[in-house]
Amino acid sequence: MTTAPSALARRLLDGAGADHEAHVARYGALPGLRLDDLLAAVADSGLTGRGGGGFPAATKVRAVAQGARRPVVVGNGIEGEPLSSKDAVLLNRNPHLVLDGLEVLARALHAKRAILAVGPEIEPGPVTDAARRRPVHLVALAGGFVAGQETALVNGLNGQAPLPRDPFTRVTESGVDDRPTLVLNVETLAQIALVARYGATWFRSAGLPDDPGTSLFTISGSVSRPGVIEAERGARLSDALAPARPVRPAAVLVGGYHGAWVPASDLGARLTRAELAPYSASVGTGILHVLDTETCPLDLSADVMDYLARQSARQCGPCLNGLPRMASDLHRLAVGVRDPDLPNELERMAALVTGRGACAHPDGSARFVASTLRVFRGHVAAHLEGRCPSARSTRARSVAS
Amino acid sequence: MPVRPLHASTERRLVTTRLHIDWTRCDGHGSCVELLPDQLGVDDFGFPVPRSGQRDPVVPRRAEDAARHAVRNCPVMALRMYDAAS
Repeated sequence: MTTAPSALARRLLDGAGADHEAHVARYGALPGLRLDDLLAAVADSGLTGRGGGGFPAATKVRAVAQGARRPVVVGNGIEGEPLSSKDAVLLNRNPHLVLDGLEVLARALHAKRAILAVGPEIEPGPVTDAARRRPVHLVALAGGFVAGQETALVNGLNGQAPLPRDPFTRVTESGVDDRPTLVLNVETLAQIALVARYGATWFRSAGLPDDPGTSLFTISGSVSRPGVIEAERGARLSDALAPARPVRPAAVLVGGYHGAWVPASDLGARLTRAELAPYSASVGTGILHVLDTETCPLDLSADVMDYLARQSARQCGPCLNGLPRMASDLHRLAVGVRDPDLPNELERMAALVTGRGACAHPDGSARFVASTLRVFRGHVAAHLEGRCPSARSTRARSVAS
Repeated sequence: MPVRPLHASTERRLVTTRLHIDWTRCDGHGSCVELLPDQLGVDDFGFPVPRSGQRDPVVPRRAEDAARHAVRNCPVMALRMYDAAS
């Protein structure tokens, strides 16, 4: 009996909720796979992590399989990014598929423990009901933008402050309870549950050969129907956005606050590593935020940078000092301070903080700033001349320098 | 094929020594910057900046002694050296 959804059907979102019988009727029983077979299927599927990094899932699994001690497998359901709700929607509609992913990995790896960690963004009801009578510990943790960073999550599960730690020792070597620890985003786990059932060839029947499968996207901003959709990997940006019906788009922020802008003139670009590279963007966690033509992009970006500066864990000097500096300079640019050094100074600071922190926060924040300056270059020039081309600008038009 | 000494100065080394900074510990005391002026600069806020732009900068052989001093003298134990395949 096969219950594999057809290639183009929604694989993840049409779940059966917390009812396990309905779940098994929809997807079929979860097979027990030996590690070699599961690893081969995941490797052949080409599945990449859906939590932001986009790292090949098989590589991570292999890393903990080589450890000397029995590993811990962790589902990362800490969705600290304000523009993302795909993990919350997935855990609400299809919690058993996520639990399946954890269970099939934990069995194959002879894991000591399987943990599903969820943040305050996740509605507790369905996932709590589903986790009952399944061999998974459900742990609710505090949220925050950096709380979902892999090392912060491990610290939180070890009873310490949920802050990123120095990544010199990888969590795949020593993480929860000092054991080799496999941390995978909940969507990645759901995809693994599908690969375990239907195989790599089925998985590859959607998406592109070098970026196969489907992904969840959270669409927000200037759209008439915001929400979470499932789309094939490598879809054109315009096609992925179409169901949400963008309204007067000027640009799309791809990948969230750690992401980068793609101008509305380029929405024919495919959501692939190669086609997003010219914008320094990546699919990341699947956030697509539409900016309309009437909002000042520098106003918006300065507010985002304020938020990112506040979300610093305040452990690493370059992040603690550099992010507020960038936020302040972006605000000066946004309100129309006519200092021609501001763009260069912002670019210099973005380069300076990059690669100098324990987690991805300074690098992601710097990427966002650099992208804002690059994509809205004309807008920046106008502000430096004392005007703002955006219709709804509340600041630059009225500010004299 | 003749066997050549591994660390001959003309030979490409098989292993490079790198310096790792634990940014959660570093408070910008600056002794590493003084000991390794060719490898580390200082940023606007007093924190070290690898001049090479590398996350964990390569320590050349001639600077290994100074780097060991830097590791030992860092008041917050934020530095370590390690060997990695080059």
